[in-house]
Amino acid sequence: MEQELLLKMEKISKAFPGVQALSEVDLEVYKGEILALVGENGAGKSTLMKILTGVFKKDEGKIIFKGKEIEARNPHHARQLGISMIYQEFSLVPNLDIATNIFLGNEPTRKFDIFDYERAKTEAERLLKMVGLGVSPDVLVEDLTVAQQQIVEVAKALASESELIIMDEPTSALSKEESERLFGIMKKLKEEGISIIFITHRLEEVFAVADRIVVLRDGRRVGELSCEETRISEVIRLMVGRDVRVVPRVEVSSDDVVLEVRNLSRLPMIKDVSFSLKKGEVLGIAGLVGAGRTEIMRALFGADLKTSGEIFIEGEKVEIQSPNDAVKMGIGLVPEDRKFQGLILIMAVYENISLPSLPFMFSNGIINFEKEYSLAESLVERLSIRTPSIFQAVNNLSGGNQQKVVLAKWLALKPKVLILDEPTRGIDVGSKAEIHHLIDELAKEGIGVILISSELPEILALSDRILVISKGRITKELKREEADQETIMQYAII
Amino acid sequence: MQQEMTKRKNSKSFRFREMNILIALILMCLLITIMNPRFLNPFNLQTIARQVAIYGLLAVGETLVIITGGIDLSVGSLVALIGVLVALFMKGGLSVAFSIIIVLLISSLIGLTHGLFVTKLDVPPFIITLGTLTAARGLASAITKGWPIIGLPESFFFIGQGHIIGIPFPLIILLIFAAIAFFITRYTVLGRQLYATGGNIEAARLSGVNVDRRRIFAYVFNSFLAGVTGIIVASRLSQGQAGVGSGYELNAIAAAVIGGASLAGGEGTILGALIGATIMSVIYDGLILLEISSYWHDVVMGLVIVAAVTIDVWRKRKSKVG
Repeated sequence: MEQELLLKMEKISKAFPGVQALSEVDLEVYKGEILALVGENGAGKSTLMKILTGVFKKDEGKIIFKGKEIEARNPHHARQLGISMIYQEFSLVPNLDIATNIFLGNEPTRKFDIFDYERAKTEAERLLKMVGLGVSPDVLVEDLTVAQQQIVEVAKALASESELIIMDEPTSALSKEESERLFGIMKKLKEEGISIIFITHRLEEVFAVADRIVVLRDGRRVGELSCEETRISEVIRLMVGRDVRVVPRVEVSSDDVVLEVRNLSRLPMIKDVSFSLKKGEVLGIAGLVGAGRTEIMRALFGADLKTSGEIFIEGEKVEIQSPNDAVKMGIGLVPEDRKFQGLILIMAVYENISLPSLPFMFSNGIINFEKEYSLAESLVERLSIRTPSIFQAVNNLSGGNQQKVVLAKWLALKPKVLILDEPTRGIDVGSKAEIHHLIDELAKEGIGVILISSELPEILALSDRILVISKGRITKELKREEADQETIMQYAII
Repeated sequence: MQQEMTKRKNSKSFRFREMNILIALILMCLLITIMNPRFLNPFNLQTIARQVAIYGLLAVGETLVIITGGIDLSVGSLVALIGVLVALFMKGGLSVAFSIIIVLLISSLIGLTHGLFVTKLDVPPFIITLGTLTAARGLASAITKGWPIIGLPESFFFIGQGHIIGIPFPLIILLIFAAIAFFITRYTVLGRQLYATGGNIEAARLSGVNVDRRRIFAYVFNSFLAGVTGIIVASRLSQGQAGVGSGYELNAIAAAVIGGASLAGGEGTILGALIGATIMSVIYDGLILLEISSYWHDVVMGLVIVAAVTIDVWRKRKSKVG
């Protein structure tokens, strides 16, 4: 099939102080195609896209768009040229309505440059129809769900008549249904001749929607694959440069109940949740985004106040009114948002690692630095956290390594119960496998692990038992051998 | 081996940051000395030391609050109110020691109130302490009706005017409290948790840090130090006066920021605060020695404050890019 070339990036190189972020990367995008750009964190995907949209300047190379050499000065300029990027962090203004957001910086105007709101509204209505969002354009963005906001971002890109839309991890905060709806929109756009560059860590999604895959590793292009002719394992091999196996968990059975939760409620969100967790068990928590999985665990951990319910640790009733109480009881929580909830980015690796356990390590209140450093060193080694030293600010670490620091800080506490909320979201395949392996190891050491994940394969591979949550209640408990994706989904949408 | 090296490297860059402003301070002193050698006169140095004590105590307290991500605008007014109250109590016949204890309790309670408003009622620290800034000064004026309270016991004057082997007593008070604060911030679990709270309050809370108590601690400690400063100022002036300490809160914040504290929270050192306070005092002293009209003093101070905050923001942005 003869395809029309829309974009050609030739031998793009870019160096940052200390790192060669990109070396001679080629990338071409055809008209009306969905190209998946994959690679581990730090492989250079974002840098390449930021060069394309004018956030960074390239050191070398050429960018040809629609047959002409271009160099975007900034994202706004790129948008005028016909290239829009939808970032992981949304660029919408929450307290403005949809129509105003869609035309922000690109406003239709009347005489004297006055914003023509009516025209923006009708035009927005048309665009929203096109992307299948059944919401009025005068609704405020802050009243939309994350998925809806994502779709508004797409509409915004269409408003500027972009011919190339770049989506950076668009599904990282979406549920399965929402993601599928987005894929539907992507395919529709493709039929209208719009090209999409799709960046994601979730390889199943690549196969669900993309035509072609370009793999980057360490700032180089290491392969190009056609979705029809390849398999996930091949992509992973190219990404990490080695084979990665998902180690199936060996069940460690124990009858000692470490945690029991009775009738936990946080009205109106969570109603009457009861479950127990054994030593060395991995309890998977499945359900749609917004089903109340995170909320249940936050109430258990004392991060939000419960309205009723009892919690028992090793058979003894405990009062948990705050995370401080939970930590004293030996419960750890790896929260879903590592940057805002998990880490103190400006602090060093060792300071983050020791934070929860400091009061227990040094009960007289005075820090023994030798002891603190060696604790951090040992965990950095155990979790193979890639950092120049334990004194490095966490801010400077890659996503996967940051997540490992969050895990390390709870391991330092030697918890009885460890709650992991989306522990592998948005991190690269290599770190993901390492974290999976670690979860298995922790369970073997006798820690009770609660694992929340939106990725069903992850839940299925790691859990001994699975609780399915829907609308703030447990709708089903499944044993490892009874569970499969279909059964889980069936109870998740009750 | 490698670990040793990184450790040394870290502590080196740690000290370097304060080294920058220390060098600025030394250069400033040299410059003023060249322009007017009277700068090194023992009497002048004592004057500076007394000023450093006042700014330093406030800067140390303010730094603690800023580290936790807060701000306290009330300290200047607290200096006046506490000075008036301690004078009032002594005039009313209470002993010097007892009066001091009572006013320090009062100032700590005011800090506790600030802390409770900030943590339990979620009132922004800027607002609640702005309220105290206005109300405390108003209360001081209402008590004195605008007249200074004079005729205080002689023994009270030693605190602000006395010296031990040539060192002004206020400077000794500063060094004691600065040492305590230095120890807390540098070597204790409490100190680490103060930084964590300011660095990312939600992450700190979810790590089991009792962030409310840490913030309350900072406000109480800061108000307590403002109380100490109020006593020193009253003693130095031999009277309780409602008009003193005006604008001190800004000097304290400026000193903290010059010393490396970040208004975004999570950063700042006691050593930096002390150097910052010294820089402020030396600038004031220099302006007087160089016979620059006092009308211009506030203009210069304003510029210094703006420059300090700008450098803070600029440093932040630079570290983000790098």
